[in-house]
Amino acid sequence: MIRISYWREFVKGILDQNPTFRQLLGTCPTLAVTVSAVNGIAMALATSFVLVFSSVIISMIRKLIPSQVRIASYIVIIASFVTIVDLVMKARFPELSKELGPYIPLIVVNCIILGRAEAFSSKNTIFRSFLDALGNGTGFLLALTLIGSIRELIGSGKIFNFGILPAEFNPWLVMILPAGAFITYGLLLASINQISIRKKRIKKEKMIEEIIGKKKESVLLSEVAS
Amino acid sequence: MMEIIEKKQLKLKLTSSPHIHSDLSSKKAMLYVIIALLPCVISSLVFFGARQFLIILTSIFFTASAEFTVRKIRKQESTLSDGSAFLTGLLLALILPPDFSLSSTAIGAVVSIVIGKEVFGGLGCNIFNPALVGRAFLQAAFPVPMTTWVKTEFPVDAFSGATPLSAYKFDKVITDIFPMFLGNTGGSLGETSAIAIIAGGIFLVFMKIVNWRIPFSIITGSLVFSGIFYLMGKTPDPIFHILAGGLLFGSFFMATDWVTSPLTAKGIWIYGFGIAFLVIVIRVFGGLPEGVMYSILLMNAFVPLINKFTVPLIFGGKDE
Repeated sequence: MIRISYWREFVKGILDQNPTFRQLLGTCPTLAVTVSAVNGIAMALATSFVLVFSSVIISMIRKLIPSQVRIASYIVIIASFVTIVDLVMKARFPELSKELGPYIPLIVVNCIILGRAEAFSSKNTIFRSFLDALGNGTGFLLALTLIGSIRELIGSGKIFNFGILPAEFNPWLVMILPAGAFITYGLLLASINQISIRKKRIKKEKMIEEIIGKKKESVLLSEVAS
Repeated sequence: MMEIIEKKQLKLKLTSSPHIHSDLSSKKAMLYVIIALLPCVISSLVFFGARQFLIILTSIFFTASAEFTVRKIRKQESTLSDGSAFLTGLLLALILPPDFSLSSTAIGAVVSIVIGKEVFGGLGCNIFNPALVGRAFLQAAFPVPMTTWVKTEFPVDAFSGATPLSAYKFDKVITDIFPMFLGNTGGSLGETSAIAIIAGGIFLVFMKIVNWRIPFSIITGSLVFSGIFYLMGKTPDPIFHILAGGLLFGSFFMATDWVTSPLTAKGIWIYGFGIAFLVIVIRVFGGLPEGVMYSILLMNAFVPLINKFTVPLIFGGKDE
């Protein structure tokens, strides 16, 4: 097995394997709560908290859990952290908690968390699981902030509750409705796919050029030799 | 060697299918539809004032430039010359309310081309009718301006700006048949005048541009379904339902879009009756006064399924 560096372990969750844009996981909260940038950030922070702690705990006891009951065990661990988040939010930020509604308890079944538990932290060391969870959490945070900002900006003319657009701007209500979430998400996915396809093509062309260049060199060398 | 083959005129030409070509190009078909829409354009200018022409121009300008730009960005051949973008712009303008803001019209036009058509790959690949996608987007984005109707300007004695359907839904007022037939009622630009729509629609059917089964099935279906609810005492008479709102315009110009309607005759009957059923159900039981747009969009989504289940029997094949 190839061991990648700790830094790569952290960064991969932000760019190459961004949970929202590359793995397409956790789309339910992504679409449902990104009405405003603040909501998106709160949701992502809550999810990241659960993700990091449950990953570390699962990685700690990965050799003790019998594989037949592993999913149930993961859920118990995840649910405990979700309960902590839910209660803390209710006590400290009652308004935000009301706005996010059922989506905080629903973090229990968020597929990013269960996905990382099953695919990563049940097979890797504690520190690697921690970095992986932190990277994925950061990627999720950035994605939700981006979608939330776009929808808030067009849907209500504000960003982080500050009015930015001029008063004449007529907000597009559709952007803060569910349809706006799908449109924003779809267009962002399309543009990110386009960028990655272009990157791959450029890489391929470079490789081909290198191979051709080497061949020419060898032909020249052989001609000189003869 | 190559020259010899080229000079020799072969009598038997070997090509792949399709073998039968029609001289009806998509450019020509689009032109016919635009001609058929002229009575509606004229009726809208007569009833709502000549300034409505600005909405039509804005819409066409922005659909055409959106199509041009998207094709440029995607580095593909420009398809502006087939006229479909112009037609989408004209159709979108005719289903907008009179005196609608021009900037919002532009947004709707760009959305209908970019999200309604080009993201699926351009003409022939879209699932939904692009003009209706644009309108549905505008309806969700600006619900208040989209349901603000103005009074007709000709003749002067129009008493209310409300559409016949919203007048019935919210005030239980049934509009007379004659103004609805002529077009002297509130409503979107092109949808009020039944006589103009029927004139254009009959032209299209006679020129065989559209399949007659689509408008026929929608209209008879609406007659039957609204007749049932009329007998139950829940709704005005079926003729009112046919003439009110966008049903005629939708059945002649929106549901008949070649790309988003089924391929077989059997499929078209299912499609038409489906639209009629949804329209009447939304009108009678729904919160909105009108449901033609959503009905057509919903049935558009079913078209691939309908096509799959109504594949005609291959000659010599067995019915399973």
